[in-house]
Amino acid sequence: MLTIDQTTYDGIVAHAKRDHPDEACGIVAGPEGSDRAERLVEMVNAAGSPTFYEFDSTDLFQLYKDMDARDEEPIVVYHSHTATEAYPSVTDIALASEPGAHYVLVSTREHGNNDGPVEFKSYRIVDGVVTEEEVVVVPELARI
Amino acid sequence: MAIEVRIPTILRTYTGGEKAVPADGATLSALIDDLEGNHPGIKDRLIDIKDGKDELRRFVNVYVNDEDVRFIGGLEAVLSDGDQVVVLPAVAGG
Repeated sequence: MLTIDQTTYDGIVAHAKRDHPDEACGIVAGPEGSDRAERLVEMVNAAGSPTFYEFDSTDLFQLYKDMDARDEEPIVVYHSHTATEAYPSVTDIALASEPGAHYVLVSTREHGNNDGPVEFKSYRIVDGVVTEEEVVVVPELARI
Repeated sequence: MAIEVRIPTILRTYTGGEKAVPADGATLSALIDDLEGNHPGIKDRLIDIKDGKDELRRFVNVYVNDEDVRFIGGLEAVLSDGDQVVVLPAVAGG
């Protein structure tokens, strides 16, 4: 199950809508081992494509360096699909490299850049196996 | 000669869970061979053989002292004592 606060959820959706028709991507970092998605980090899609996303290699390095300094890890890795359903593609599955993360897929195919609902789904992707999980949106994450 | 190699989560199965391991090598290519000696199987996750030639896998990023090795010679990148090598899988998909 992915527990996510409303502000972070809205931030991911807004990013996906803003970048449509290209895919948007990013992460939500949190303390190592906590499973708390606390810090939304929007990344640039270096591929700038409606069918592919990739973090720029320099940005990726900086991101992991920052997380390391803060004792964080990627709790959520998200990206959007802009013409297809919110389900991991063959490429998504082949390249998934954070077995501990929640892979969030947002589909903007219905309303694009405009207001309106999106599909927002979360999956675990481990050794090529995709498991959908429940998404629970809370007003705020519980205090530790 | 000692070079610290930072290992990403997905490859820690090869290093007994260690986040960083020491290795030796005058080039990245030699360093990866040395890593393979102590952590069998890891080389195949980093290197692809194309036309009989070793190449860094497309979706694996390696950095030497904060620099993406693709900009400093790839597998032939020169290493020195005290360098830090970081391996990060690309975050990418379709």
